Amino acid sequence: MTVPVVVAQSGGFVRDRSGESSCVADNGFCPSWIVDNLDRYWDPLLEHVMLVVVSVSLGFTIALALGLIAHRQRWLVTPLTGLTSAIYTIPSPAMFLLLLPVSGRGNLTAIIALTAYTQVIIFRNVVNGLAGVPADIVDAATGTGMTAGQRLFRIEVPLALPEILAGLRIAAATTVGLAALAFLAGAGGLGGQLSTASLIIFKSNVVVAGGLVTLLAALLDLLVLGLQRRLTPWVRAVAA
Amino acid sequence: MSVIASAIGDAIRFIFEARESRAGTVEVGGLGEIGHLAGNHFLVSFVAVLVAIVVAMPLSLWLGHIGKGQFLAGSVANIGRAVPSLAIIAFFVAFLGSGFTNVCFALILLAIPPILTNTYVGVRQVDRELVDAARGQGMSETQIVRRIELPLALPTIFGGIRLAAVAVLATAIIAPLAGYETLGTPIISFNVYGTAGQLGAAIVVAVLTLAADGGFAAVQRIVTPKGLKVARGGRGSSRVWPISSRRVQIP
Repeated sequence: MTVPVVVAQSGGFVRDRSGESSCVADNGFCPSWIVDNLDRYWDPLLEHVMLVVVSVSLGFTIALALGLIAHRQRWLVTPLTGLTSAIYTIPSPAMFLLLLPVSGRGNLTAIIALTAYTQVIIFRNVVNGLAGVPADIVDAATGTGMTAGQRLFRIEVPLALPEILAGLRIAAATTVGLAALAFLAGAGGLGGQLSTASLIIFKSNVVVAGGLVTLLAALLDLLVLGLQRRLTPWVRAVAA
Repeated sequence: MSVIASAIGDAIRFIFEARESRAGTVEVGGLGEIGHLAGNHFLVSFVAVLVAIVVAMPLSLWLGHIGKGQFLAGSVANIGRAVPSLAIIAFFVAFLGSGFTNVCFALILLAIPPILTNTYVGVRQVDRELVDAARGQGMSETQIVRRIELPLALPTIFGGIRLAAVAVLATAIIAPLAGYETLGTPIISFNVYGTAGQLGAAIVVAVLTLAADGGFAAVQRIVTPKGLKVARGGRGSSRVWPISSRRVQIP
């Protein structure tokens, strides 16, 4: 296999590796290289977190608003579900590129694409969660003299919260994975550390970059799960 | 607006007519090259999905039949969702090497979770009374799986294959990083193919994926047993299903 040769030619790493142990030259798994080079992953990690946090918060706000509107205007449910599902079918690498002529290279394009992908998951769960609130409870709320707005925010939304947060949880973990491809749109993130052939065959790099993306997804999943338990203590959130 | 239109126009021209590469040394684009890359793209995706079906379906049909392995089906789905596809490819390439076989392996790994989970769920949601009735008529366990559970689970199973196919076609874009040329080549080798190549290839991938999605949706409708269609139509067919963690695949 010609792996070591290719690695030796790989631009950025060459300087760091000159005179280093044969482990790196042989493309082994090198803990010492990882320790020495951890700082190169710090900025991509922060960028990755930024992309995910911005996209998911934005996506959650939009999807929640759309869900609340669709809950009032039931006829909107079918077209909005269709639209968000159609977006979800577009493969993410293609989506990042198709947006390039519209919004240019950079984080903006990545955030638009990632935000669009969160819609289908969160929107459906909002609509479904609200629809699942027992009619008796809604009637009782109306009977006690609540206005439609009070009913929505004091009764329906809290009762739908477990399902809404379940949607948020899936959206967050999914977005971490998708953001790994944001380098195609010229945005940053950990995916940039896996974006060339020479980077992707270098074991130590793959372990750190791939490992960080996976860890980030798991961490965010647990974080939303914690939020879920905190906000809806009456539901025993199962670690699904 | 005209900038966008001309960029897309140029990208579409790239698909049909060859041109000089950005450095001016080789001819790129045109139906010949795009066709070749699309063929490779389709081949690796097809093989991956096929192998995933052969591996995952019998296992989860059987697990679903005996009603065991819920934990397995659930965790496979969750791991499939949590580990980003780029990371899977990277791990495979770094530790096993590049080329068709390794790319294919990585894609198989990506295709197994939705097929496994959907088959399992499809079988489990078959009415247990139907299975008992079949058993009462003297059907053997194999007959029950083949004649009762499989047909009734078929729409859900094809839903899983559909998710797998879409995910695999999308992820095969990263294959050139692993030394196998697909439609991802113009996307990743930006320096050679330029903006038009990148965008043109992205358009072809999007069309290919949407076609696969539509095709499998049609198959899904065709394989739905008549009885199931009637039952569903009666119960308000426009119900929106919630996204539960087990049915989601990353685009």
